Amino acid sequence: MTAVAPEVGIDLDRPRVPFTRLVGVELRKLADTRAGKWLLGTIAAISLLVMVVMLWVGLAEDVNLGFTDFLTGMNIPMGVLLPVLGVLSVTSEWSQRTALVTFTLEPNRGRVLAAKVVTGLITALFAVIAALVAAAVGTALMGALGSGETSWSIDASQLVGFYAGQALALLMGITFGMLLLSSPAAIVVYFAWAFVLPTIFGVAVAFIGWFGDVWPWIDFSAAQTPLFQRGGPSGEEWAHLAVSGTIWLLIPFVLGWMRVLRSEIK
Amino acid sequence: MIEVQNLSKRYGDHLAVDDITFVCRPGTVTGFLGPNGAGKSTTLRMLAGLTHPTAGQATIGGHRYTEIPNPGAQIGVLLDASAQHNGRAGREVLTIAAQTMGLPKKRVDEMLELVGLSPKEAKRRVGNYSLGMRQRLGIAQSLLADPKVLILDEPANGLDPAGIHWMRQLLRHYADRGGTVLLSSHLLHEIEVIADEIIVIGNGRIVAQGQKEELLAGAGTFVRALEPDALARALSVAGIHVTPATADGFTTDADPADVGKAAAAAGVALLELRPGDRAGLEDLFLQLTAGDQREALAPAPAPGFGPTAPQGGQA
Repeated sequence: MTAVAPEVGIDLDRPRVPFTRLVGVELRKLADTRAGKWLLGTIAAISLLVMVVMLWVGLAEDVNLGFTDFLTGMNIPMGVLLPVLGVLSVTSEWSQRTALVTFTLEPNRGRVLAAKVVTGLITALFAVIAALVAAAVGTALMGALGSGETSWSIDASQLVGFYAGQALALLMGITFGMLLLSSPAAIVVYFAWAFVLPTIFGVAVAFIGWFGDVWPWIDFSAAQTPLFQRGGPSGEEWAHLAVSGTIWLLIPFVLGWMRVLRSEIK
Repeated sequence: MIEVQNLSKRYGDHLAVDDITFVCRPGTVTGFLGPNGAGKSTTLRMLAGLTHPTAGQATIGGHRYTEIPNPGAQIGVLLDASAQHNGRAGREVLTIAAQTMGLPKKRVDEMLELVGLSPKEAKRRVGNYSLGMRQRLGIAQSLLADPKVLILDEPANGLDPAGIHWMRQLLRHYADRGGTVLLSSHLLHEIEVIADEIIVIGNGRIVAQGQKEELLAGAGTFVRALEPDALARALSVAGIHVTPATADGFTTDADPADVGKAAAAAGVALLELRPGDRAGLEDLFLQLTAGDQREALAPAPAPGFGPTAPQGGQA
């Protein structure tokens, strides 16, 4: 019966899955599901909507909006939806249980997570390009339809800062996703962090005297604001960003990463 | 070759897998049989490096799964056919797997055809698939790279009888070409149809293993005669010990040939002579299933609840 039964040769000398291929697969997975398509479509649609509303208000109120104004407006939809994209890129592997296949095809979980991070950074880049296009269209229309000169001026540090802001938002999403491994929990916790916590900080600053000195060092959202100012953050602002980023991004990121590496994939 | 050595997995107080050892050889289809919760899936997950063992080791061709580069290209794994993104089309599921492994796209079409998923079905989202279709998709994925080893968890679950025979053919051809197959099931008849070797697991321990024929062969012989008393005497003279089984029949540990010869020598007319019922494995499996706590606890009502009337007393 076992006439043709050569010993199974498992070949250890084959190349492992190249990292670029893992990134390619992750990029594809971002857009090949119904949820992914909707999310990307929604980001594009809301960005356009924001542009149109800003244009309309600008024209009606006779406020001359410039390129950076439009770009700042794009921050709102992207700051909400890109983190969700980051969360889902991790948690959908658990909620849909595709982690079983993903980590069977690449058992080195760290490489998969790294591919997800790189994919997130690339996605943020595409989002920024889309925002630049929308802002340019808005500015051009403003110039054509409005009275007076429209300002196209933007400096390189603002562009880099704008990208950094979107990338950080997406990384926060990935971080919360890795920490909680559950789509609803991670999204809720992220929104609480992004929208409720700053309010609490604001109240604390108003009522607790000493908290005003501590606050800039622990509010990661507020620390990101100078990224978009002309000339970029100052020395102290960089320090604020580094300290609050360590608290809210770096440490949770490391903990989440370790959780994924150690957890049992079921 | 798949080698599992003294493998254990403990969750808190619960020993899900308790010191199991077995080997799957090239050219054979090994069936991993056990009731739900026996530790089959945990064992297979440990083989694929998704669950860290508490003790022991599991290797494929002498290597741990996690140290094999691009393992999907050498080992086909299907751990749960339902574990696919519901919003992704069937074809897309295979495409991303093929892309990860670095396979040409034509393999996707070849595998879809092999498992009998039409181009139209392949375009539908997995969320709209029946369990049987998901199984076919999962099997297609595990076969994409034409691997030497296949590890399949409950692959026949959700397949109709024709589908189970189709799988038998598929895995038979695969094993005949030198492949090693390990598949699990909680249903004896599935394993019976598909596997050559059987490993039976219950409560985390291996309770039986061997070739299917050996395990399924019942003990001894059943024999029935026109004159049972005369038969009993004849067999007794021949030194064959019998146990009455029916009004006119006996079972015995002896070989059917010896029983027939003894009866012929004594001139006893037989009505029936055949190998004993293949009760061995089935009994063992039933015991395992009955010993399962789910089964034992389910029918017992809470103490003091309802009348303690005998069965059949319901209105």
